[in-house]
Amino acid sequence: MTKLALSCLCCSLLLAGCSLQTVKPWERDILAQKKMQLDPYPNDSYLDEHIYYSKESSSGGAGVGGGGCGCN
Amino acid sequence: MQLNNKPKQVRHSLTLATATLLGSVSAPGYGATADDWEIDSSVLYYAEDGRVSAIEPVVRARKTIGDDEFLSFRLVVDSLTGSSANGAISTTSAQTFTKPSGDATYTTSANKTPLDPSFHDTRVALNGEWEKPLQNNLKGIFGANVSKEYDYTSLGASATLAWDFNNRNTTFTTGLSYNLDTVEPVGGIPDGLTAMPTTAAVEKARLGDSDDKTVVDVLLGVTQVIGRKTLMQFNYAYGRDDGYLTDPYKILSVVTDASTSTLAGTPYLYEQRPDSRVRNALYWKTVHQFEQDVVNFSYRYYWDDWGITSHTFDARYRYELGGGHYLMPHVRYYLQDKADFYHYKLVDGDIPRYASADYRLGDLSTTTIGLKYGMELSENSEFAVRAEIMKQQSRGSGTTFPDVDAMILQLNYSFLF
Repeated sequence: MTKLALSCLCCSLLLAGCSLQTVKPWERDILAQKKMQLDPYPNDSYLDEHIYYSKESSSGGAGVGGGGCGCN
Repeated sequence: MQLNNKPKQVRHSLTLATATLLGSVSAPGYGATADDWEIDSSVLYYAEDGRVSAIEPVVRARKTIGDDEFLSFRLVVDSLTGSSANGAISTTSAQTFTKPSGDATYTTSANKTPLDPSFHDTRVALNGEWEKPLQNNLKGIFGANVSKEYDYTSLGASATLAWDFNNRNTTFTTGLSYNLDTVEPVGGIPDGLTAMPTTAAVEKARLGDSDDKTVVDVLLGVTQVIGRKTLMQFNYAYGRDDGYLTDPYKILSVVTDASTSTLAGTPYLYEQRPDSRVRNALYWKTVHQFEQDVVNFSYRYYWDDWGITSHTFDARYRYELGGGHYLMPHVRYYLQDKADFYHYKLVDGDIPRYASADYRLGDLSTTTIGLKYGMELSENSEFAVRAEIMKQQSRGSGTTFPDVDAMILQLNYSFLF
């Protein structure tokens, strides 16, 4: 739980440390670029998740869905 | 020909401009009109040094079917072959194991890590998603997936709701998924912590031909626009697995004494894991654009009631070369603390209730370094290639599993159809 609390604290500090600017719809030219999306390369993400799900014991966090595998 | 192309290019430009004006944090359909399918195709080649190799083609198709409404499909064919560590330790003499089918044996030389050479499988997976606006500033993403391999079937459904507010600068996301998986291992479900026969003439203790597990995942997240060039996402994920969570092909070595590798009279036991698992993850991702280059960084802290904790750092830097060409270095580092029931080996007479020697449950680190090169072939098509190397190392003290070295090679081609 200590680690959880520390992680929450770090995230809060990071968020608080950033000065939020309200971006108007006509100022979204950069945010609308494909390379600025949270998941700009979905096939890369899918394949990476599959590799690391098979080779490590942690999963999840980025989203839900996608399916399972035997992955022995 | 040019006369025919120009209206389409204007439509593409208008689509992107509209998406730019109306865009929330979700991805618009880049350059695609309602008539086009956006196709992302990839082929992955994954090869471990002396172990498993896999070829995995992926095709993802996405189509606009209404105002901010999309349909997407992903088809994956995953073909694996090679050897996989069976969990036993190396010893100073050759060792003989029965194959999972029970009707044959294989032998590992002295001082070599025992690898089961009969590992080969082909998996086909299909996933569909329907992204639809539900109300003003609220959209839903509904998905279904099915996958089938020789000894494993997975069926699942998911739903995600995303609510934009604060002038679409903030998005609250909640998601739920459910999976029902069935494992039908070659040779049946072994009775955990009973002896693996060392000759093909002896039958192992079996619990049946197949077993099930359910997987439920819940996600709560906030995505925040920090500025014109910066986006952040914070997620909390909760998951629960119930049912058969043991790996039916993994075993443990039993030694006469903790300080030796001398095998006991019953030298190998099938592994046994708990039948439930509660997983948690905190996830932070940020995307920031400099002049033209983009950095994408994520961190995940994971913990579960098996005692596993992990830290995952992932960073990609897209360096623009100009003319639609880019280079993208990638670094990933993963640090894992072992499950409570992970044992490198067991000692005769001191057999716990749950035990596994699967190195993936042990103290380990994974380091991945790679480089991707992408180039625009035309306004609506792109080619990319990436090459990476991955190294897994034991972090335990004393005698531990050997390093696992792997190579990742991937080709991508994206286009409108």
